[in-house]
Amino acid sequence: MKNESKGWRGILLTAFLTVLAVFFLIPVFLVLMNSLKGQFYISDAPFALPNSETFVGLRNYWNGIEKVDFFSAFGYSAFITLFSVAAIVLFTAMTAWYLVRAGTRAANGLYYLFVFSMIVPFQMVMFTMSKMANLLRLDNPVGIILLYLGFGSGLSVFLYSGFIKSIPLDVEEAAMIDGCRPWQTFFFVVFPILKPTAVTVAILNAMWIWNDYLLPYLVIGSRYRTIPIAVQYLQGGYGSRDMGALMATLVLAIIPIVIFYLACQKYIIRGVMAGAVKG
Amino acid sequence: MKRFTALTLIFCLALALAGCKGNTDSSGGAVADQKNGTVYYLNFKPEVAEVYQEIAEAYQKETGVRLRVVTAASGTYEQTLKSEMAKSDAPTLFQINGPLGYLNWKDYCADLSGTQLYQHLKDKSLAVTSDGKVYGIPYVVEGYGIIYNDAILQKYFATDGAKASSVEQINSFSKLREVVEDMTAKKDLLGIDGVFACTSLKPGEDWRWQTHLANIPISYEWIRGGIDLTSDATREISFSYHENFKNIFDLYLQNSTVDSKLLGTKQVMDSMAEFALGKCAMVQNGNWAWNDIKGIEGNTVKEEDVHFLPIYTGMEGEETQGLCIGTENFFCINAKASEADQKLAADFIYWLFSSETGKKFVTEDLGFIAPFDTFSADEHPDDPLAGEVAAWMNKEGVQNIGWNFTLFPSQTFKDNFGGALLQYAQGNMSWDEVVTRTVNDWKTQSANR
Amino acid sequence: MQKSLRKYFAVFVLPTLAAFVIAFLIPFLFGLYLSFTKFTTVTNTQWVGWENYIRVFTDNNDFLHALWITVAFTVVSVLSVNLLAFGLALLLTRGIRGTNLFRTVFFMPNLIGGIVLGYIWQLIINGLLLSAGVDITYDPKYGFWGLVVLMNWQMIGYMMIIYIAGLQNLPGDVLEAAEIDGASPWQKLRRVTIPMVMPSITICTFLTLTNSFKLFDQNFALTAGAPMKKTAMLALDIYNTFYGRIGDEGVGQAKAVLFFLMVAVIAFLQLRATRSREVEQ
Repeated sequence: MKNESKGWRGILLTAFLTVLAVFFLIPVFLVLMNSLKGQFYISDAPFALPNSETFVGLRNYWNGIEKVDFFSAFGYSAFITLFSVAAIVLFTAMTAWYLVRAGTRAANGLYYLFVFSMIVPFQMVMFTMSKMANLLRLDNPVGIILLYLGFGSGLSVFLYSGFIKSIPLDVEEAAMIDGCRPWQTFFFVVFPILKPTAVTVAILNAMWIWNDYLLPYLVIGSRYRTIPIAVQYLQGGYGSRDMGALMATLVLAIIPIVIFYLACQKYIIRGVMAGAVKG
Repeated sequence: MKRFTALTLIFCLALALAGCKGNTDSSGGAVADQKNGTVYYLNFKPEVAEVYQEIAEAYQKETGVRLRVVTAASGTYEQTLKSEMAKSDAPTLFQINGPLGYLNWKDYCADLSGTQLYQHLKDKSLAVTSDGKVYGIPYVVEGYGIIYNDAILQKYFATDGAKASSVEQINSFSKLREVVEDMTAKKDLLGIDGVFACTSLKPGEDWRWQTHLANIPISYEWIRGGIDLTSDATREISFSYHENFKNIFDLYLQNSTVDSKLLGTKQVMDSMAEFALGKCAMVQNGNWAWNDIKGIEGNTVKEEDVHFLPIYTGMEGEETQGLCIGTENFFCINAKASEADQKLAADFIYWLFSSETGKKFVTEDLGFIAPFDTFSADEHPDDPLAGEVAAWMNKEGVQNIGWNFTLFPSQTFKDNFGGALLQYAQGNMSWDEVVTRTVNDWKTQSANR
Repeated sequence: MQKSLRKYFAVFVLPTLAAFVIAFLIPFLFGLYLSFTKFTTVTNTQWVGWENYIRVFTDNNDFLHALWITVAFTVVSVLSVNLLAFGLALLLTRGIRGTNLFRTVFFMPNLIGGIVLGYIWQLIINGLLLSAGVDITYDPKYGFWGLVVLMNWQMIGYMMIIYIAGLQNLPGDVLEAAEIDGASPWQKLRRVTIPMVMPSITICTFLTLTNSFKLFDQNFALTAGAPMKKTAMLALDIYNTFYGRIGDEGVGQAKAVLFFLMVAVIAFLQLRATRSREVEQ
């Protein structure tokens, strides 16, 4: 690639991209700004800066946190996301490896069944799955991990399988000959090789589970509110919506994502690229 | 190898730990459940959701029984009830909105005629019954009308050429319109943005019109048509008094604080804020709204200035019409719950409406006018609107209108009607089309029941 | 190796498979069955044959209208997201200063969840329309285009990343050769760049296509279908039918099955297109 950073074309381009970047950031900034205004001054003048009449400091934040019990919502979201992703990363890797290496008809059939599940929209199973979850007492933050493992396994098995097929068999066979049992081979030889794909699987699933609304709402929503449920609850429930608290909660919902993104940006972008190439 | 085992162990441990934590902080411990049992109440009223948390604490302290209250978001009660009822630990205590709600949930409604609370119901005819059995006990009587700010009205009566000199003179739609339109002309003088608070038509926030206001013409249609409300005749309407609905609805829209094209995002709370801040003189709502008015920061309305006016629509003989008083809140006990759980639920509602602690919550925090003889005459909410409702109930020569909207076919019907009203307000739908759609939708929604 | 693996089936496959059966397979099959029954809470199902499927089209026009909106939305957003993302990717592979920072900013909205996004844009769109004296419920057009803008804001960054990956893999010598042959920038783009990033284009089209077609959260939060369900897309319509009214659950489930079939057809066509292109190469 040529380097075009010098010269007027480069400057023009940079200026254009800067303007565009500002446009990308404005929505978040607007929410931040409105979160500092009184609740009745938001819908009427969303673009007005807070002034001495409308500025309420952090009151919306205290309001929002109290109304939806934001910290426990954060806790549930973090707990569910963390452990679901961990379970998916580990178990689907094992499954994918087994299915690829076993290579039997049954294994292939299972593989296609997993892939098939990728195209089924959630609405198809929303009622039956929540019923099932309730029947088996999975309607709690621990049980829902199993649901995510099950519903998320399609994509993850697919991604892992694609990668495993490209790993030469030699290493594994050498390990086996040295007396490794299959699970030893998997954990000490295969899994380390799978690391890049594991990162992709983790990132894609984390983005999905952290932001997921309908599944947790239907399964555990009446008792445990994750962050998206809390935001929606603030909007629909409580007699009427408090715009101020809504804005503050939106900001609070975005903050962890931004921190996580800035911290793991490299992995996220790499994960997305890798996921796409195989997907 | 060892490292792997260790890792697995840590993982399992973390899971188990997290699992324990998840269980305890959410529901107050499974231990209490087993010892004394739990009442699971699915609450309909979001505005008192927080009060129920306090009640739950007090109840557990007094009786050791855990009360779990889940509140459905506004306009989603049926939907929440449906998904909760499908669960194994379904609500033991829930509510229906009347005879029609009973039809939907009759498999789940236990006979309550033997319960203590029913024995104390003052007017037994209010209960939801079928074949001599009692399936729903009303627990609150409420009323709605046009709430007005007397301070602003008095200021108006003192102006030159005022169309009335006292509130008593406003006893028909034509008079109301005269006064309102004159007030709009003088709104700068009166220091208001409009006579009526905004007509909130945001989906889910439109129940004041698609349910409460619609109750009036539909009730007249049934009463004056001599319709038997328990018969199938309510499966169709002709909406013969739609002009009357339009009368008052137009008056609201045209003399409002907010332009009618902007109503699709307005909510009830916006209206109540305008009223509380003195930006308007009138707002249609019920006695439950007092908490909203009181709770608005910087409110300027004095308690003694808040009163009710009936909703006049231009019906003949409406001079003696009163408020709309009734209930759409009936306790039901889940017939599919175990005997023990059903008893626990019955005990709880009796406690709430008969014990000292419970009654204090009812009158002071929930603000309910309770229809039970466990309450003495002076035990009623001391807010001005509840007082007004009580006064209207006992007024001589006044016909209050019942809450017949409990016979409206479904939430979907109401939502569709609300949507049509919004389109009408925005000028995107003709009134004739609103009427046709409403009549048709009533019929389709009543079929396939 | 295969033989020694067999007895480890329980260790390697069973955990995932059990979860898969519970969370997906049984609900899926049971869902198919329920679409032919009348039910409220599963305990009281009653076989009704094709009645639910007939009612999908005869009760009201909601489903067909939602389908039309969904198709229109999908077409518009697939085109706009991919064009803009590709354009941005071209600009960001020219080695200008701050590329990383721009990439970071453009990608960020993608991580924000649909519900949160919906409310952010509801505020903005209502704010903009306020100057015209109306709000988002005034005309279904506003909700529709609002959703398109939202979708672009969310998806452009993601697709841009994929395109950048594709563009970076381009062999530089081919482009240089084209330049020496006197190809104009436009010719270079059409004849060299685009054919070579075709795999990325296929992936991005597929991802935007399915994401747009299955959109729920954003739709639910931004307009919830207002005014009068005119901006409700398929997923939302199914949800509303299912939970809206007692007696309509079977119809909702039937709609879900139809929805699934449509998604399956799209995925199948996509797969065939990809396969045939791979063969050509």
